[in-house]
Amino acid sequence: MKSDANVKRYVDQHRRFSSNGASQDPPWLGLVRDGGLKRFTDIGFPTTRNEDWRFTSVKSIVGTKFEIAKPTTVDEETVTDFAYAADAAARVVLVNGSRASENSFVGKLPAGVIVSSLQEAIDKHPELVEARLGKAVSGEDNGFASLNTAFVRGGVFVYVPPNVVVSGLVEILSLIKPTDTPVVAYTRNLIIVERGAQLRLVETYAGVGATPYCANTVTEIFVGDGATVDCYRVQRETADGFHVASTGSVQGRDSTYSMHAVPLGARLSRHDVRMVMDGEGGQGTLNGLYLMGGNQHVDHNTIIDHAKPHCESHEYFNGILDGSARAVFNGRIIVRPGAQKTNSKQTNNNLLLSGDARADSQPQLEIYADDVRCTHGATLGPLDENSLFYLQARGIDAESARRMMTMGFGLEVLERMGDAAVREKLEMLVRDGLQSGTVKPV
Amino acid sequence: MIEIKNLHATADGAEILRGIDLEVKAGQVHAIMGPNGSGKSTMAQVLAGHPAYEVTKGSVSFLGQDLLEMEPDERACAGLFLAFQYPVAIRGITNAYFLRSAFNAIRKARGQEELDTLDFLDVLDEKLRVIGWDDSLMNRPVNDGFSGGEKKRNEILQLAVLEPKLAILDETDSGLDIDALRIVADAVNKLRTPENATVVVTHYQRLLDYVEPDFVHVLAGGRIVRSGGKELALELEAKGYDWITEATAETAATS
Repeated sequence: MKSDANVKRYVDQHRRFSSNGASQDPPWLGLVRDGGLKRFTDIGFPTTRNEDWRFTSVKSIVGTKFEIAKPTTVDEETVTDFAYAADAAARVVLVNGSRASENSFVGKLPAGVIVSSLQEAIDKHPELVEARLGKAVSGEDNGFASLNTAFVRGGVFVYVPPNVVVSGLVEILSLIKPTDTPVVAYTRNLIIVERGAQLRLVETYAGVGATPYCANTVTEIFVGDGATVDCYRVQRETADGFHVASTGSVQGRDSTYSMHAVPLGARLSRHDVRMVMDGEGGQGTLNGLYLMGGNQHVDHNTIIDHAKPHCESHEYFNGILDGSARAVFNGRIIVRPGAQKTNSKQTNNNLLLSGDARADSQPQLEIYADDVRCTHGATLGPLDENSLFYLQARGIDAESARRMMTMGFGLEVLERMGDAAVREKLEMLVRDGLQSGTVKPV
Repeated sequence: MIEIKNLHATADGAEILRGIDLEVKAGQVHAIMGPNGSGKSTMAQVLAGHPAYEVTKGSVSFLGQDLLEMEPDERACAGLFLAFQYPVAIRGITNAYFLRSAFNAIRKARGQEELDTLDFLDVLDEKLRVIGWDDSLMNRPVNDGFSGGEKKRNEILQLAVLEPKLAILDETDSGLDIDALRIVADAVNKLRTPENATVVVTHYQRLLDYVEPDFVHVLAGGRIVRSGGKELALELEAKGYDWITEATAETAATS
């Protein structure tokens, strides 16, 4: 049990949280929360002595006295900046972790589809929530995810019944708006897509104002047998924001899941991705692009777990780093005993636009089956001089050529995105971020 | 069109070109042949302005301008085109976008109006029709994952669209089978006019069966050691390069 003051502060907060409203919740939820708190007090916050956090120090988060963010409102204009599709199927806006009903809407959805706040789902569909909550992200190895579980309340719940296709985009926007003191908000999204069903979903995380804050988010996604789920995750926190996130997915047989992660903001962001391919014939894609400048720090820690045979996973992360930005990528691929005919491919390419930018890339393959195909590759460096010359030799001036190549590095990832509205918005954001060939910190 | 005088160039301090003299006039096709390491590709790259080479002596006048003073993109805009021996992949940028950017950069330099996507597609369709190719390469990232033959074809497609005054084809024939070679050579021939000129850099005589040169030059040790008509290429094909390089060495020894 960790007994330092920084851990104790959260224990005290939890006591107030439990006696304040959370006591109305069903007993099983109380047990889930207590389990999260127990785990958090056991392991505390990660330190750089922990192998998975070697390059990412969270001292600045641990040392800041964040209070739990209180519900507040934002104007519609703020929301518009983070919206995607004019014809979205639903948009749920969370402000400081609570649903802002005036900014949210749920359009006409096929029968049986649920898009609501997690709180509402706990009241109305406790059996659906109880069966899955904490099953894709256990938080066992991560103090931040444990804390998220300890404080679980705000978030979004999406349920798609068997063989139902949700044709429009479902948008989740989680905004943090601190007043004058640093705040932390916990967001917990639970997405259940049953067998043969189909869903497209985008999560956006952002902040408003200039006060430091911490977004602690966990999203759990269950992809049923033969289901297709296409997820996008856009991180646009402010320069004073911290972002700590876990995304866990569990896939059934012959399912297709893609996760596109695009962090553009935050002073420090860390994203743990846990993708379990738990049925034969599953297809998984993890497609990421990070664009970082100034003193930004971004860390991706991904595990693709091939638990069953005949699954295929593709992981692509490209990073564009400028200023003295720092990127960390740790990509673990586990092939369990018996997961024969696994086909897994991982690449991480880092483009360094400045001599002070730095990237650490570490693939980890753990293979316990003998008939598999796993490849990985990483590149690191400035723009290629030969490519630059090639473009110049076609009449394109050096500055335009550099900008084109840098943009191309991002487009390579964006081109894999199936949702046109999200892709176009991201293309615009990346283009804006790359003005004059340098990354403009958010 | 281009007048090269006593051109010397080094890479990493080593002298590779040791005094090239060559003049190419509009409407002509010149072949530069020579054994591996003779400086053929270096010459092509130096003319296009590759930053890895330093010109230490000599001059190059291109359409009345001092070529060596110009940036690579300025050379391209002035009408010089190098078909690369090893075309480079540009990840994430589609061929269509790249071609339009290059096309518009050159138009802008010439004081012409830039074309939007739709108008450019018309130009592209017309060029594809002239050389008899389809547009299958257009929506793929530039040279990314292209086969050797596709890369070479892509170079010729760029040549067709950009309409340079002087085209330098650096080993465009290498790695092509005879069918692919014929397709590429046909396109090159269709693009020839009395106003433009072509320099074909090659190790083999094969390509010259299809793109007939007016002049053949043999490069060895960084110099042009022999020039002649197209029959010189046939002689080289029959006898190899040794007899020329040996003769040159002898001349060098006795002079």
